[in-house]
Amino acid sequence: MMIRAHGLTKTYRSLKAVDQVDLEIEEGEIFGLLGPNGAGKTTLLSMFATLLRPTEGEATLNGFSITKQPGSVRKSIGMVFQAPSSDDILTGRENLYLHALMYGVPKEGRRRRIDEVLELVDLQERASDKVKTYSGGMRRRLELARGLLHKPKILLLDEPTLGLDPQTREHIWGYIEGLAKREKVTVIITTHYMEEADALCDRVAIIDHGRIIALDSPASLKMKIGNSMIIAKVKEPRLESIRRLPYVSRVDVNDGNVSIVLSDAGAHIQEILGLLGEATHVELREPTLNDVFLQLTGKEIRAESAEGWAEKFVMGDGR
Amino acid sequence: MSELLGLYALWYREVKVFFRERSRIVSSVVNPLIWLIAFGGGLGASISFGGADYQSFIFPGVIMMTTLFSSIFFGMYIVWDKKIDFFKEVLVAPLSRTTLFAGKMLGGCTDALIQSAILIALGPLFGVSYTLFGLGIIAVFIVLIAAGATSLGLAIGAQMSSFEGFGLIQSFVVMPLFFLSGALYPIDSLPLWLKGITYLNPLTYAVDGMRGALLNLNAFPIIFDVGVAAAFVAVLVAIGTIAFQRMN
Repeated sequence: MMIRAHGLTKTYRSLKAVDQVDLEIEEGEIFGLLGPNGAGKTTLLSMFATLLRPTEGEATLNGFSITKQPGSVRKSIGMVFQAPSSDDILTGRENLYLHALMYGVPKEGRRRRIDEVLELVDLQERASDKVKTYSGGMRRRLELARGLLHKPKILLLDEPTLGLDPQTREHIWGYIEGLAKREKVTVIITTHYMEEADALCDRVAIIDHGRIIALDSPASLKMKIGNSMIIAKVKEPRLESIRRLPYVSRVDVNDGNVSIVLSDAGAHIQEILGLLGEATHVELREPTLNDVFLQLTGKEIRAESAEGWAEKFVMGDGR
Repeated sequence: MSELLGLYALWYREVKVFFRERSRIVSSVVNPLIWLIAFGGGLGASISFGGADYQSFIFPGVIMMTTLFSSIFFGMYIVWDKKIDFFKEVLVAPLSRTTLFAGKMLGGCTDALIQSAILIALGPLFGVSYTLFGLGIIAVFIVLIAAGATSLGLAIGAQMSSFEGFGLIQSFVVMPLFFLSGALYPIDSLPLWLKGITYLNPLTYAVDGMRGALLNLNAFPIIFDVGVAAAFVAVLVAIGTIAFQRMN
């Protein structure tokens, strides 16, 4: 087991930011911590990174205790932070060089390793440019490369695509997947983007109010609520008859939209629409992790506006 | 060994950044030049102390001022580093807090030495002449002032979470330290109450020592000045190190 947490808790005065978290993550997994902002994902990750001391409980990473052997834990992990943390007045290569020194990467092979990680994220050509001139996506890639530079066993990624446009985001996912495979590293990633957890993670822990409320592969999580959904806009829906159908597992109404979770929607859609009443709009789809979250907590994972993040970034000069 | 490499990395970063931020170097030299030319030249037209020209009399004080101001704010810059995430990359590295502190402090000392070197090179324009011994002593004091002031700045910055307190620090720490150090006037003829306060200020001894090395106008033996300054620096470094250990 690469990561093991038991009863991990972080309390701020009366607020339990992380509440009795138990986790086991195997070597080579890409593990997602999915939840809304303020759910405690970053706090949990910071405890793994030994930046925060747990109030209660214990965790081991790569066999080392986060409370008793923080130095060894730090050597075993690479961390990529939510906000940019590279020095933008220095070049990409200089940032990597400083990281190599701080992590004691031996002199022989230092240069080769820097070239290697630059290549992994396709930044060789911009390596000698100041980070100031990089786009948001390039900066993230540089920080991914930096996180991997000292060959950590575990890579901790805190919202690695926060504030990036959707296209760049998918691009970064590709890099993360490739890196995890090629460098054989275990990855923990926090995110509040369902698609990100869905596309990237082998297993996902859904977190709300500091607690893990569900933990499984994205496919199984979605399967649990039913393997398909019908969403229909109906003026006066007759819900009772629908609820009685044996293959329907759940019916919700949201702003005049009826969402029905069921098995094999294709085979039953005629019958359902017949019973439901006149629909002006019908959509048939597979459940998403958002539906899972909605069912578990009764609320949606709201995507944070990218502007908030950008402001924070613009205000800093990157130093 | 790995701590030493880390220390080198932290120092290297500070120096590299210093050389890239040219505007910082320029302003750190222009400010003392204004003091020397406008204040020193203006007041020097009517007064002189101990037979020395007033501009050269305040020259050591102005070097002290440059080093004090830039070092203390260099240290307090840690507030900014903490706010944006750059410093997290350093905090999560497998390095002890003592190393982080020492790296920052040595970076601050190097910056201060470079700034002062520019001023010292311009010294002859203000009637200052050097001996090798004098330059050596001045370098020692610059390092002591920079180490002490950076430590103080880091210690303060480690406790603060925003820049709100900067004005207070400026008014209640930095300015009094500068004005009550004998940088601008001789200390022997001060009224007793002012003399008392001045004697409590470690920078008094730094200025006195530098003035002794340059103009032979010291109130205390130079070795005594070095001793007092070094003792204060040791205390401030210790305080700064502890503040860094406790910082989250």
